[in-house]
Amino acid sequence: MADDKKRYNIRISGLGGQGVVTSAHILGNAMDNAGKFASLVPFFGSEKRMAPVEAYVRASSQPIYEVGEVVYPDIIMIYHSQVVTHGKSYTMPFYTGLKKDSLIIINSDIDVLDEEDKAVLNRLNAKVIQFEATELAKKVAGTELATNMAMMGMVLGMTKLVTEENIEKAVRERFLGNSFVASGGTASLDSAIEKKFKKKEELLSKNMEVINKTFEMAASIDLSNAPLVTKIEI
Amino acid sequence: MSLNKKLVDMNYLLKEAPREKHFITGAQAMAEAVKRASVDMAIAYPITPQSEVMHLVGDIYAQGHIKEYYRAEEELGTMSAIAGAARAGVRLFTATSGPGLLRGLEAIVSWPGHRVPCVLGVLTRVINAPLSIQPDNIEMAYLMHSGIVMLHAENQQDTFDMTLAAFAITEKVDVYIPVSVSTEGFFVTHAKGYVEMMDEELAFNEPDPYKAPVPAMDNEVPPARIQRDAPVQKSNFMSYLIHSVWQQEIWDSNQRAMKYIYEYLGGPIEVQNPGADVMIVASGCAAAQAREAHRYAQEEGLSVGFVKVRAIRPWPKAEIREALATTKTVIVPEHNIIGWLCKEVKAAIPNSGIVTEGPRVYGGMTLPVELIMTEIYDALGMKSEVLQA
Repeated sequence: MADDKKRYNIRISGLGGQGVVTSAHILGNAMDNAGKFASLVPFFGSEKRMAPVEAYVRASSQPIYEVGEVVYPDIIMIYHSQVVTHGKSYTMPFYTGLKKDSLIIINSDIDVLDEEDKAVLNRLNAKVIQFEATELAKKVAGTELATNMAMMGMVLGMTKLVTEENIEKAVRERFLGNSFVASGGTASLDSAIEKKFKKKEELLSKNMEVINKTFEMAASIDLSNAPLVTKIEI
Repeated sequence: MSLNKKLVDMNYLLKEAPREKHFITGAQAMAEAVKRASVDMAIAYPITPQSEVMHLVGDIYAQGHIKEYYRAEEELGTMSAIAGAARAGVRLFTATSGPGLLRGLEAIVSWPGHRVPCVLGVLTRVINAPLSIQPDNIEMAYLMHSGIVMLHAENQQDTFDMTLAAFAITEKVDVYIPVSVSTEGFFVTHAKGYVEMMDEELAFNEPDPYKAPVPAMDNEVPPARIQRDAPVQKSNFMSYLIHSVWQQEIWDSNQRAMKYIYEYLGGPIEVQNPGADVMIVASGCAAAQAREAHRYAQEEGLSVGFVKVRAIRPWPKAEIREALATTKTVIVPEHNIIGWLCKEVKAAIPNSGIVTEGPRVYGGMTLPVELIMTEIYDALGMKSEVLQA
C-alpha cells in the first residue's frame, strides 16, 4: 500500500480477551509518537471472553475531525476466525462497507472465505493476508495474549505508518505507564500476564520480539501482483 | 465563603489567560469548565443514561472547586431545585442526558419565565423507543421552543469554551435566562480530544448580586407569598396580558444573548469557503463530520463550503441567510430523524428548495463522512463511487 496515503480508516474485529481495544490504543499512541494523528473508538457489549469486540482507528498525517465507528474502512483486521465463520462482527458479513483497493488481515491460515466473499472482495480489488498470529505469539512470546501484537505489527509493517521505535515507545507506555485503563476486564488480564512475566521489561521485550518478527514478515510481502489471498507461513 | 482562586473576568479567562493543551474526554472538558466558573452549587440526579459530567463535578466539589453539591431526588426534583436555588441568587450548574432531560423538562421550560440564570449541560442520548443509550440529539428539539439559550459544541474544546462562556452570558442583566450547552453523548462526552485550558487557579468572577435584575430572596426573612397577586388570580384578560408581555420579554432576552455569543465565542456561526456552490450546514458533532467532508472536498477541488452553527437559540437567521445567499445546494447532516436543524435552515432562507433533506442518522449511529460526500457528488452532478451496503 502506498506510503503517502493520507488516511487509513481501520476496523479491528475480534473477540473479548484478545486485546482488540488495547491494540487500538497502542496504534493511536504509536501514531502520536510518530508526530502524526490518530483517533480511536472502542465498541463492545458485555465484557466477556469470546464475545464480539470491535475497535476503530483512524490514522493520518493530518488532523482528524470526524468521530464514531468506521463504517467504510480501508483496512480490516480480523483477530479471530470466528469473526468470519460465526458472524462475530458488528456488521455481517465482516467486510460490510469495505472500500476499494483495501487490505484485510486475518489471524488464521484456514480458508475462511467462501466463494461469495471472494467474489465481492475481488470486485473491490481487496488484498487479504492470512497468517497464524496466535501461533506466532505462542512461538515467539510464549503466550497467546501477544496475538494483538502480531496483528498490530503486521498492519504497521504493511502500511509503514510508523517506525519500530514509535511502536516500542507506545507499547512501553501501555505496559509501564499508569495512565491507561481500558476496562476492569483488561486490568485483570494485565495482572494475569504480569504474573506470567516476572518482570515487565521481559513482557515488553517479548511483545517487541513478536512485533519485530511481523515487521520482517511484512517486509517480504509484495501485494502488487498477488492473488486475492496471500497466506504467510509463520 | 471563597474558593481561594484568582478571580478574573470572562474575556480575560477565555481570550487572554495562557492555556495548556490536555487530552481529555468531553465530559472532563465540561467539568473542567465548571471548575473555573466559581460555581456556588451543583445539583444532579444520577440517572441512567448519563454522561460522566455530574460525577466529575462531584469530584471537583470534593476537591473544593465548588461550594455546594446537592443530590436531588430525581430529574424533575433536580430542575425544580435549580429554580429554587436561583431565587437565593447563587451560581448554578446541572447536566443531564436524553430521558433525564425530558423528565426534567416541565421545570426546565419554566426557567426562562422565572428568570433563572443557570448553566445546563445536555449530553444527548436517544429518548425514543426502541431503547438505546446512544447519542441521538432529537432531545434538543424539545428545548428549542422553551426560551432557553442553546449552544451546540462540536468537540471537547467547544464543550470547554462554551460552558465557561455560558456562565457569563446567563447572568447578563439584559439576558438573565438559562444557557444550555449541548454536545453528543459518547462521540464527544466519552471520547478524548485535545483541549487547551487555562490554569485551574483562575476562575470567573463571582456573581454580583447588585447586577442581578431579579433580587435574591432573603431566606432568613422569607416572604409570606412570592407573588402577591399571581396572574391566574386576576381576570383572564390580565392573565393573558401579563403572560404575553412576559414571554415576549423572554424571547427578547434570548435575542439579546446574541451579542455576547459574538463577544465570547466569535459569533453564532463559523463559515469556511463562503460563496461555494454547495454549502454544508451542521451543528454539534455533525459539524466535525461536515468539517472532514469539507476538507476532502477541498482536496478534490470541489466548490464546497461549510457553515458550523454554534448557537441554536438565539437562532442566527440573518447570519445563515447571508452565508447561504449565493449557494446552489445546502446539505444539512444531522444526528436525529426529524432534521430540526434542516427545518430551521429552510425557514431562514427565501429559497428553501435548495436545502437537501439530510443525510441523517438516528438512534445514535455514526454519521459517516462518506454519506456527506455522496450528497456533495450528487449536488454537483458527479458520479459517485457506489458504497456497498
